Amino acid sequence: MLAGSHCAACAVTVYPAAGQCPRCGQGTSPVTLSAVGTLWTWTVQRYAPKSPPYVPPPGGFRPFAVGYVELPERVRVAAVLDTADPDAIRIDLPVRIEATAGVPRATPIEEG
Amino acid sequence: MTDVLIAGAGISRFGRTEHTTGRAHAVRAVRAALADAGIPWSRVGAAFGGSDAAGQADTLVAELGLTGVPFVTVKNGCATGGSALVSAVNAIRAGMADVVLAVGFDKHPRGAFDPMPADWGLDEAYGRDGLMVTTQFFGMKINRYMHAYGISPRTLALVAEKAYRNGSRNPNAWRRTPVSADEVLASGMVSDPLTRYMFCSPGEGAAAVVLCSPEAARTMTGVPVTLRAAVVRSRRFGSFEVFSPWLAAGELTSVSRDAAAAAFEAAGVGPSDVDVCQLQDTESGAEVMHLAECGFCADGEQEKLIAAGATEIGGTLPVNTDGGCLANGEPIGASGLRQVYEVVQQLRGHAGERQVPGAPRIGFTHVYGAPGVSACTVLSRLSG
Repeated sequence: MLAGSHCAACAVTVYPAAGQCPRCGQGTSPVTLSAVGTLWTWTVQRYAPKSPPYVPPPGGFRPFAVGYVELPERVRVAAVLDTADPDAIRIDLPVRIEATAGVPRATPIEEG
Repeated sequence: MTDVLIAGAGISRFGRTEHTTGRAHAVRAVRAALADAGIPWSRVGAAFGGSDAAGQADTLVAELGLTGVPFVTVKNGCATGGSALVSAVNAIRAGMADVVLAVGFDKHPRGAFDPMPADWGLDEAYGRDGLMVTTQFFGMKINRYMHAYGISPRTLALVAEKAYRNGSRNPNAWRRTPVSADEVLASGMVSDPLTRYMFCSPGEGAAAVVLCSPEAARTMTGVPVTLRAAVVRSRRFGSFEVFSPWLAAGELTSVSRDAAAAAFEAAGVGPSDVDVCQLQDTESGAEVMHLAECGFCADGEQEKLIAAGATEIGGTLPVNTDGGCLANGEPIGASGLRQVYEVVQQLRGHAGERQVPGAPRIGFTHVYGAPGVSACTVLSRLSG
């Protein structure tokens, strides 16, 4: 579950949770974000990012997709997009997003 | 308000060298600007300048001359040059000095910038998992824009092709070999939909301008140009910036749109009055989007405008006539004043092989950078 925060006065939701609203600077309340949304935009990281800070996976670097997932709480959350079929990535793709020990990760939802 | 004129402009050769320091670039550009204005360094009554990564501008007095001039270092990312200009304009209008220098310079190591999460207030995971990469932001912003407004990859390639063609006509540019749109498309994907030749590279260079009051200009030899507006803005809520763990839903705000609108309002002219313009082109998509954000067309019109050659040197709105960041590289502190240098040459009719035909009267410059800062200027040829 993604733990965000919400400012009722501004109707602003952010991730990760922040003590102050970035719009008005006032206090926020915690909110759990939806686990399902749509891919708002994406790209593919084709080359290995510089290390540090990047830590490649045990099998070594392989190109990976990243994007922003738009959630019903009116926030778009940056995530790594895990997919076996990179050619099927498209804007508005329905995805499931979850918190991990690292950054949020999203996976396409099987359609049909 | 007092008019502020640019009486001299100077530039160093952009690119990447083994031994030339950023400060050495700066000294060359300042000396060229002084020579252009026809004044000695001792005539300068105040100076503002900066670099992002190549040292402190006020130390340049060691090479330029220890005249006791008030020299203020500014550091404002991509808006460093613009911030120096704004300070110079205010110094002249406030009566601090009648001749003021603005200089921007830089020198960066090879390869993409490599920021660390903690410097941006982000969790270490964003670096560890590979999200602290600037090219991802550019790919994602233009990908969404292309989807929303029907821009094709070929249009992105045409922007790069034009940049290298214009660079080939600019003796101070880094990349002076023309590259075709097909070669741009085939140069290897970096961050979809952007290929290698669609990106600029961090580099080195410097640019400087001598600003003055109209009275002071009468004592100088350079052909003056009027700086009608110089504006710096930071982002408002709802913009899309690099290294954002989240974005607000809904329409995006744009600091470039805000800065351009403020510059046009201060100058008393609009985008349709502009004869030549320089727009931030960190990558091809940025030039496409900034055309709309700065008010030169509606979202989506770029697809037809660029195909029709509108943004070429001979077109209806020449953009990045000196080759922009794509052909000159991106020394962060220098790019804003490089653009101003180029517009000064164009308005004077001194741009040589890349001169915009028809004696352009009004020019516009725009930089944009992380984390959501923009600087714009409007310049015009002296009437009469």
